[in-house]
Amino acid sequence: MKYEYWLACIHGITAQKKMRLRECMKTAETIYYIEETQLRSIEFLNEREQNRLIQAKQQKDFEDEYKKMCEKEIRFIPYFSAEYPGKLKEIPDNPYAVYAKGSLPDPQRKKAAIIGARRCSPYGEKYAMDFAHALAGRGVEIISGMARGVDGMGHRGALLAGGRTFAVLGCGVDVCYPREHIGLYVDILEQGGGILSEYPPGTAPLPQNFPARNRIISGLSDAVLVMEAGRKSGSLITVDMALEQGRDVYALPGPVNSTLSAGCNHLIRQGAGVLLNPDDFLAEWNLGGNEASSGSKKEVKNEKMLETAEKLVYSCLGLYPKNVDQVVRETKLCIQEVLELLVSLELQGYIREISKNHYVVSRQ
Amino acid sequence: MSFSTILSAAIDGLKVESIHVEADVSNGLPVFHMVGYLASEVKEAGERVRTAIRNSGFEYPAKRTVINLSPATIRKKGASFDLPIAAAILTSLGQIPSESIKDCLIIGELSLNGQVRKVPGILPIVMEASQSGITRCIVPKDNEAEGRLVSGMRVAGVRSLHEAVTLLQRGQIPEERRRTDEETERGHRETDAADEERLPDFSDLQGQKNVRRAAEIAVAGRHNLLMIGPPGSGKSMTAKCIAGILPPLELKESMEITKIYSVLGLVDERSPLIQRRPFREVHHTVTRAALIGGGVAPRPGEISLAHGGVLFLDELPEFKKSVLEVLRQPLEEREVQISRTYGNYRFPSDFMLVAAMNPCPCGCYPDMAKCSCTPAQIKAYLDRISRPFLDRIDLCTEAARVEYKDLSDPHGQESSEQIRKRICAVREIQTERYRGTTIVSNASLKSSDLKRYCPLGKSENRLMERAFDVMDLTARACHRVIRTARTIADLDGEEQIREKHLKEALGYRMADGKYWRR
Repeated sequence: MKYEYWLACIHGITAQKKMRLRECMKTAETIYYIEETQLRSIEFLNEREQNRLIQAKQQKDFEDEYKKMCEKEIRFIPYFSAEYPGKLKEIPDNPYAVYAKGSLPDPQRKKAAIIGARRCSPYGEKYAMDFAHALAGRGVEIISGMARGVDGMGHRGALLAGGRTFAVLGCGVDVCYPREHIGLYVDILEQGGGILSEYPPGTAPLPQNFPARNRIISGLSDAVLVMEAGRKSGSLITVDMALEQGRDVYALPGPVNSTLSAGCNHLIRQGAGVLLNPDDFLAEWNLGGNEASSGSKKEVKNEKMLETAEKLVYSCLGLYPKNVDQVVRETKLCIQEVLELLVSLELQGYIREISKNHYVVSRQ
Repeated sequence: MSFSTILSAAIDGLKVESIHVEADVSNGLPVFHMVGYLASEVKEAGERVRTAIRNSGFEYPAKRTVINLSPATIRKKGASFDLPIAAAILTSLGQIPSESIKDCLIIGELSLNGQVRKVPGILPIVMEASQSGITRCIVPKDNEAEGRLVSGMRVAGVRSLHEAVTLLQRGQIPEERRRTDEETERGHRETDAADEERLPDFSDLQGQKNVRRAAEIAVAGRHNLLMIGPPGSGKSMTAKCIAGILPPLELKESMEITKIYSVLGLVDERSPLIQRRPFREVHHTVTRAALIGGGVAPRPGEISLAHGGVLFLDELPEFKKSVLEVLRQPLEEREVQISRTYGNYRFPSDFMLVAAMNPCPCGCYPDMAKCSCTPAQIKAYLDRISRPFLDRIDLCTEAARVEYKDLSDPHGQESSEQIRKRICAVREIQTERYRGTTIVSNASLKSSDLKRYCPLGKSENRLMERAFDVMDLTARACHRVIRTARTIADLDGEEQIREKHLKEALGYRMADGKYWRR
């Protein structure tokens, strides 16, 4: 297997050519021990690629690296392995090998990718969490990129529901990027999910890796759910790839004036599926239940608990942050009263202060 | 009579040192000696004095002159000894009767043609002289008004050496003409008008209800205030307005502030008394010495110039961390101590700190559609201000961007004067409550004082307990909230702090927890 690892690690030869090479030679070991003259006669490799191969042969430390990788419990899954996710085989430009920590997605289960911008509003955060929670609660596996913003919330939602979730990284699986998601990284593994990457362990999170890993996110999934994306968001690259791969694309509609949701709204206009609530979506997959949706329950609770004035203030807050002056303007109450009510609501856990004197309604 | 001595004074830090200027003119080689631990600008006085004496039309015979400035242990600096040296020489020469210089303090710089120029520090010098029983002073004309602020002192301003000599020859300093009430009134109005041009009024500030309220609470309890808001949200404007709602100065305070300004030579010649509380805006490139005072011979810095008024730090995170850290001691003790090998200096620095900052480097957070900062950038930006520094700020508020609707609001806003009335009332409540203690305002309540002055009822305690958990407060933060609630209750005219006061105070709590520790 170490020779397979060696072949997978070679830079500058595309996955497709590596596969073809291996099919010709049957094992990576034969490729490693190939004579130079014979190598030069391989037609589908150009001179540069041949040189790469020769150079790579001179490196001896791959054995150590392979051993270390095994010690770290990172699995190496080349394309011909039985474990290699079937869904990835379907896509064009599939990776030569996948490295995995933890488990791999279950081929028997439905998988949904929850993606969106790193820079998102509490609106995107909330719905990423809600959808992931509801889907994971019905046994759907959530795939995302463990990035800041929507991605992270997708994972968290799935974890809260006790489901399995998989993160596809743009760096080595032993590198936690962004660093602040180390807690998430550990939780994903602990709850039976996995961290996947096509890059060998130790690879740094280089910017060029990320668009490429997006094809794996969409490739592993049955459907791609875009929670919040601007017109130039990287999530739209994932959507393009998903469409190429024949995956279903769904988008969460946002306010028409929100630039953060402009990408999503644009997708909807182009014919993407509209995400109105998790139940609708689950029904499409015949996973829907007859439980009342969690949203309506919450409203009932609010109706019961809040006083009239608190209701007035609560009703003018949303998932986009509003500051005290805006609330004063909308409720026509005086500043002292508004601040008092906001603090009461905050203490009761209905709203959160996300920046000084900026409030949004709580997720829960 | 060949020997004479004249009383003068020097400034060391803010302290006044009496200096005796002694002159001895005797027969011998015509040399001019000056002794007494002099800085080079004082040594140069010899040339100025001799030339000025001659140019004022006095005889200066070729005799041996020795000048001594005593006590010799104090380093003498500055040009303010020119006039007393000249007077001492002329007394030794018999031009001035020696009785007339007794118990008369003389100070001033001379130009070569005998004119007397103004010098800094007249007010503290005259005050000190008055306390030690001196009743007459001769000062430069430009400093006359300043010297006359001290009651019970006959202060004569002179334009030239000749004038000073004539005055001394006559032996009488005329009783100063007291300003009539009408004149004083006019003076007040003039300074007021001039000041008001400089200071904006709260009625000019459109919208911004949140900041207005926070500013009122802060001033009422003398709490320090931090404003967080996007660029162009009127943070600087608000800070300037705050200077206008501070309670009026009492004469004693006025004199104390004027003293500091006098030492730095910053008082106005015609109306020297500072009657408005100072507003000092400090740029973020300020050095430590400029901020808290310093130099080889320590001079008061910006925080002492803000004594009794407002020190405004705009763009707080842009300040060097080391500069902000030195503010911690003065914020706590309301005076700054500067230590040198040859002595300690204490400058008063009882100011109200008003600071402003953007929520993130680009200023748009939490509007994610506009903000282009990464969480790491925001964290780095906020981390530039240390926690112990923030612990000294009781109130934190958001300055929101002004909306067009607010600009065209037909209902006028409350003016500074109306707000000031409420504030004065609350300050009075505090003075009454803390009479006989070292506490000056709600903001200076120590945690040990809280139980006594800010007792909380059962439901209030429950509220704080819940806030402690939900809002992730620290013990320090709790105390800040209670202090602020005390002021809010005072504004409400209530002796007992109620839940609504605590809730409002919680709304203005320092943005710690998540915002500062993301």
